[in-house]
Amino acid sequence: MNINATLIGELIAFLVFVIACMKWVWPPIIGAIETRQQKIADGLAASDRAEQDLRLAQENAKKQLIEAKAQASALIDQAKKREAQIIDEAAVKAQAEREKILAQAKAEVEAERIRAKEELRKQVAALAVAGAERILQRSIDEAAHSDILEKLVAEL
Amino acid sequence: MASGAELTSKEYITHHLTNWSVGEGFWTWHVDTLGWSILMGLVFLFSFRAVAKKANAGVPTKWQCAVEMVVEFINDTVKGTFHGKSAVIAPLALTIFVWVFLMNLLDLVPVDFIPYAAQMIGGAMGYDPAHVYMKIVPTTDLNMTFALAIGVFILMIGYSIKIKGIGGFIKELTTQPFNTPWLYWFNFILEVVALLAKPLSLALRLFGNLYAGELIFILIALLGVWQLPLHFPWAMFHILVITLQAFIFMVLTVVYLSMAHEHH
Repeated sequence: MNINATLIGELIAFLVFVIACMKWVWPPIIGAIETRQQKIADGLAASDRAEQDLRLAQENAKKQLIEAKAQASALIDQAKKREAQIIDEAAVKAQAEREKILAQAKAEVEAERIRAKEELRKQVAALAVAGAERILQRSIDEAAHSDILEKLVAEL
Repeated sequence: MASGAELTSKEYITHHLTNWSVGEGFWTWHVDTLGWSILMGLVFLFSFRAVAKKANAGVPTKWQCAVEMVVEFINDTVKGTFHGKSAVIAPLALTIFVWVFLMNLLDLVPVDFIPYAAQMIGGAMGYDPAHVYMKIVPTTDLNMTFALAIGVFILMIGYSIKIKGIGGFIKELTTQPFNTPWLYWFNFILEVVALLAKPLSLALRLFGNLYAGELIFILIALLGVWQLPLHFPWAMFHILVITLQAFIFMVLTVVYLSMAHEHH
């Protein structure tokens, strides 16, 4: 139990062990630990970022979907409106066409009527003259009507 | 109880507490203390070096995990106490903690196993078995604990002088607690006592705890059949002492060295 040279031996052993630990044991292990800590911290941060990105993307997709739906319904509305417009336009055009054709037909009929009337009048006049001639031929009495004839002759 | 039949209790205890000594006077070497402590130191260095060599930041092996746990525990303790930057203190604390722990751990080897084996071998080699001594726990040898404490003490003095300069160190020893020139001699006595008390308490605390533990193991071993129920609880309790003493030695070393770094 007394103090002796063992102390010196142990002191040297202590020194050697501490230096060996300082040189070959501590730095690589603590380096690995710290590197791993950094790696894990980076990984956690990256996963956080990825999660946030995912959430953003989901929100974005939802927004885009809603937008697309709105656009589609607007498009459908527009198409319906256009359809109605086309139908209206067609109806108006058809009406106008109909009126035009009708007016033309009326005008033609009128013209035909006037022409027929004229013809008729001409024929009636001729008929009347012919009828009058016939009447006249039968009833003419040279004597009785000689004065008229004479007047006519005189007028010639 | 090894060869207990021809030994009295006193002889048995004395035999267990005697070192295997070679040499005379001061130049006596305790071969068992030196051998077992260096063996434990090498166990520490090689087992940790095995991890250090393959250390990488990827997925660790199980042994690497265990070693890293110890290293990180030491690192946290050192960082919590010592706020400067030093490449020495953390590895020093690791060495002290693991080495002292391993040496203390030898206390859990049943007290007769290795001394008895040594006696058999010694007897076979032609020595008198009664004079073959093998005290395997190095920390129950004052030389061991004082060597550790003196190593720490040298570092304390070295850092004090390095950080504060010789003048600063002397000033620290003389100008407090009473800052009047005619009391400097008194301050100096106080401070030197306080300074010397640090390594002394370090060495004696470790030695006392382990020596007492070892002694109780030996006393229990004297109880014949009753040692069986008693040995187990004491060993269980002693696991605490072993770890705690290694931890205390390590923490106090860090505390003393951080005090040496501080300006007053």
